Amino acid sequence: MYRAIQTFLVALCLLVSCLATGLRAQEDIRPLVDALGVGNFPQKVQAVNALAASGDPKVAEILQNLSDGKLFAAKNGGPIYLAGDSDGSFVDVLTGTPVADAPGNLTKIRLNNSLRGAITAAMSQLTLMSPDRSARLAAAQDLLRDANPDNLDLLNSALAEEKDTEVKNTMEAVRAVILLKTDASVAEKEAAIEMVASRGNRDALTILKAALTSAPVELKPEIERHISSIESSLAVWDVAQNLWYGLSLGSVLLLAAIGLAITFGVMGIINMAHGEMVMLGAYTTYVVQQTVAAVAPGLVDYTLAFAVPMAFLFTGLVGIGIERSIIRWLYGRPLETLLATWGLSLILQQSIRTIFGPTNRQVDNPSWMSGAFDFGGLSITYNRMWIIVFSIGVFIALLLLLKRSKFGLQMRAVTQNRRMASSMGIRTPWVDALTFGLGSGIAGIAGVALSQIDNVSPNLGQNYIIDSFMVVVFGGVGNLWGTLVGALTLGIANKFLEPYAGAVLGKILILVLIILFIQRRPRGLFALKGRAVEQ
Amino acid sequence: MISQMLLRTHEKKTLIVAFLILLAAAFVPLSNLLLAESNPLHIPGYLVPLLGKYLCYALLALALDLVWGYCGILSLGHGAFFALGGYAMGMYLMRQIGNRGVYANPDLPDFMVFLNWPELPWYWYGFSHFGFAALMVIVVTGLLAFVFGWLAFRSRVTGVYLSIITQAMTYALLLAFFRNEMGFGGNNGLTDFKDILGQNIQAAGTRASLFAATAIALALALLLSSAIVRSKYGKVLVGVRDAESRTRFLGYRVENMKLFIFTISAMMAGVAGALYVPQVGIINPGEFAPANSIEVVIWTAVGGRGTLIGPIIGAILVNFGKSIFTAAFPEFWLFALGALFVATTLFLPKGIVGTVEQYFARRREYKAAGETEKTYQEDKAAALTATTASPQAAE
Repeated sequence: MYRAIQTFLVALCLLVSCLATGLRAQEDIRPLVDALGVGNFPQKVQAVNALAASGDPKVAEILQNLSDGKLFAAKNGGPIYLAGDSDGSFVDVLTGTPVADAPGNLTKIRLNNSLRGAITAAMSQLTLMSPDRSARLAAAQDLLRDANPDNLDLLNSALAEEKDTEVKNTMEAVRAVILLKTDASVAEKEAAIEMVASRGNRDALTILKAALTSAPVELKPEIERHISSIESSLAVWDVAQNLWYGLSLGSVLLLAAIGLAITFGVMGIINMAHGEMVMLGAYTTYVVQQTVAAVAPGLVDYTLAFAVPMAFLFTGLVGIGIERSIIRWLYGRPLETLLATWGLSLILQQSIRTIFGPTNRQVDNPSWMSGAFDFGGLSITYNRMWIIVFSIGVFIALLLLLKRSKFGLQMRAVTQNRRMASSMGIRTPWVDALTFGLGSGIAGIAGVALSQIDNVSPNLGQNYIIDSFMVVVFGGVGNLWGTLVGALTLGIANKFLEPYAGAVLGKILILVLIILFIQRRPRGLFALKGRAVEQ
Repeated sequence: MISQMLLRTHEKKTLIVAFLILLAAAFVPLSNLLLAESNPLHIPGYLVPLLGKYLCYALLALALDLVWGYCGILSLGHGAFFALGGYAMGMYLMRQIGNRGVYANPDLPDFMVFLNWPELPWYWYGFSHFGFAALMVIVVTGLLAFVFGWLAFRSRVTGVYLSIITQAMTYALLLAFFRNEMGFGGNNGLTDFKDILGQNIQAAGTRASLFAATAIALALALLLSSAIVRSKYGKVLVGVRDAESRTRFLGYRVENMKLFIFTISAMMAGVAGALYVPQVGIINPGEFAPANSIEVVIWTAVGGRGTLIGPIIGAILVNFGKSIFTAAFPEFWLFALGALFVATTLFLPKGIVGTVEQYFARRREYKAAGETEKTYQEDKAAALTATTASPQAAE
C-alpha cells in the first residue's frame, strides 16, 4: 500500500514536472513571440530568426499563422493574439485558449517581402527534421540558397539522423556553406570548399564567389581555381542547353513549316490558312481527349495515339475541301490565293471562337510526357524531348512518302514540270488536291504536338504562321531538307541570340537577318534550279 | 486654261472624284460648325473624325494601289509605313503636351518619366517643331522604303517572296515598338495628346480642320498618282507589272522604276498615318500588326486595283461596313471580312470600279460600232466557235 502511494506520488511528481517544463518552455518563447508585434520590419525579421532558433515545436505553427496574417498585436506592443474562428474573437497564441479580455485596438501584424523571406527560411529550417523526404530535400535546398550560421546546430542534429543520400549530400553542402561563413579552421574550410565545388552547379559558383572575399588568404587560390573550373564547365553546359532549346524550338518550327513547304513547293501557292490548320489539329486533340476521358477513362494516356490520325484525317479533309472549293479557281494567281486563304483563316479562327469560346482550352500531357530529368548539366523536359522525336519521325515519314511512293513520284513530277507531268497522264488537279490535303494534314499533326506545349486557343496558328513562312523562305521550296535545315538553323540561332539580346530583340534580329539573307539568295538555301523556277 | 491643262494630264473621272473630295473638304467642316443641329444636313461632331479616319484609310489604300495595282508589288507591310508616319506625328503631339502630363515634367513625356529615363533620347530631338515632324513623316518612311526596296528589288525578290518579307518587316517593327527600351512608349504607344499647332486637339474647329486637311491631302495624292500613272513612266510601270522580264530586256531599269514608286507610295502611306493619329488620338504598336496591312490589301481589291478611284471607294465602303458591323454583330465581323476576301478574289477580281468600268467599256464598244442586239448575239456565237476551234487561244 505504501509502495503504491509512493509510485503514485512519483508519477504525480513526474507529471507535474513535465507540465512545468512544458509551461516553462511556452513561457520561454512567449517574449520571443511578443517581439513579433513591435518595432520595424528589420527588427521583426530578427524576431522571426530568434524564434526559429529556439527550436520550440510550436514555432512552425506560429510562423504559419504569421504568414497567413492571423496574428494581431496592439500598436504599442504588448502580447500577441491569434484570430479565432469567429469574427472578432481572439485566442492565445501558445495555448489556443480563448481570450476574453483582448484589447480593442488590435491590428494585424503586417508583412513585407524580406519578412516573408525570413519566415520561409525559418520554416525550412524547421522542416529539416520532417519525416517527409521531399520536404526535407526542399528545406535543405532552400537553406543552400540562404544559409544562416545560426542554423548550424540544427543542421548538425538533422545530419546525424539523415539516412537518404541525396538529402544528406545537400545538407552537407549547406553545412559547408555555413562553415565558410563562420570562422572555422582552415582545414575545415578547405574541406568545405571541396564539398561545395564538387556540386559544380550555378549555386556552388555563387557560394564560392561569396566565400572568396571572406576566405583566409591561403585558401583564395584554391577557391579561384574551383571557380574557374566550374565556370568553364558551366559554359560548356550552357552551350549544350542552348543547343537543346534551339533543337526543341527548331523541331516545333519544322513541324509547323513542313506542311507549308509542301503546298508552297508543289503548287506554288502560299496558304495563309496554314496556321489555322495547325490550330484545328490542336482542337481535334482537345475533342479527342474529352471524348476519351468520357468514354474510356483508362485510355487517357493513349489519347495522342488516337489524336494523331484523327487530326491528320480531319485537317486533311478540310484542306482538300478548301482546295476543291476555292484554291483551284485561283491557280496561276499566287497573290490572290494568298488573300483568299487569309480570308479563310479569319473565318476558321472565328468559327472556332464561336464554337469553343475565345479562352484557352486545357489539353493535358499524358503521364509519360510530363516532368523532366537531368542529364549532366542539362535539364530536359519529357514533352520537349518527345516532340523532337516526333518531328523527326514525321520528317522521315514524309521523306519516304515523297521518294518511295507512287504519289510522291507524281507529286515531284508535277513540281518539276506541270505540263509535262500532265502529258504523261498524271491527273495534276488530283495531285494538287491530295498535296494540299497532305500539307494540311501535316499541319494538323503539328497541332497535336503543339497542343502539348502551347495554349490551345483560336490564335494558336497566328503565332506560328510568320515563323513558318520564315523557315520556308529561308530554307527554299521544293526540298524537304531545306525546310529541315531552315527550321533547325532558325531555332538554334534564336536561342543563341536570346541570352545576349533578349527574346524579343533576338527575334527581331533573326527577322532582319532573314530579310537580308533573301537579298543574297532570293529563293532560299536549297533553291530549285532550272526551268521550273521561272514559272 | 488651268482646266485644260488638268484635262490633258488627268482623266475626267479622276478630276471629278478629286473635285468631290475637295467638296467634302469644304462641306463637312462647314456643315459641322455652321449649321444648326436640327438641320438635316448637319454633320454631328462625333462623325467628323470618323469620316476623317475613313479618308486616311483611303489615302493608305491609294498608296498601296500605286505599287500593287500598277506595279504588281503586293506589299503586306504598308501598315508599317502608315504606323511610322503616325509615330512621327505622335512624337510631335507628345512634345506638345509639355508639363501637362501626369508627372508634369516639362522635358520628358510621361512614359519616359515612368521608366526613369534621365533625358530625352537623341531621336526625339526636333520633334517639338511641327515642321520637323512633318518632314520626318516623309523622310523616315521614304528612307525605310528606299533601303528596303533597294535591297529587295536589286536582287530581284518578286512575287510572294516579296510579300512575305514585307510582312516580316512589319512584324519585326511590331516587335521592336513593343519594347519599352525603344523609347516610343512600348505597349501603350503615344496618347493623351493635348494640342496640335497650338489648338486644342479635341475642339470641334480643330477636328474640322483636320478633316479638311485630310481630304485635301487625299485629293492631292489622287492627282499626283494620276499624273504618275498617266506619264510615260507610269505606262512602263504597267509593263513591269505584266511582264517584268520583257520590260527589263527592252532596256528599262526595272529596279529603279520599282524603287521610285515604292518609295513614293510609302511616303503617301506615312502622310496618311500622320493625319490619322491626331484624329483618333492614339498610336500604338498594334498598328504594325501584319493583319492590318493585309486588310488594306482587301480594301484595295474590293474597290478595284489598278484603278485610282477603286481603292478610295473600297477603303471607305469596307470601313463603313466595319463600323456598322462591329456595332451591330461584333462576333460576325471576322466572318464577313473573311468572306469578303474569298468572294472578292473569286468573283470580283477587278473590284467594284474595275467591273463597272469593264461593263461600260464593253457597252461603249458596241454602241460605237452601231451594232444592234442581234449582232451582239452573233458576236458571242462567233467568239464561242473561235474558242472551241483553238483551245490554245483561249488559254
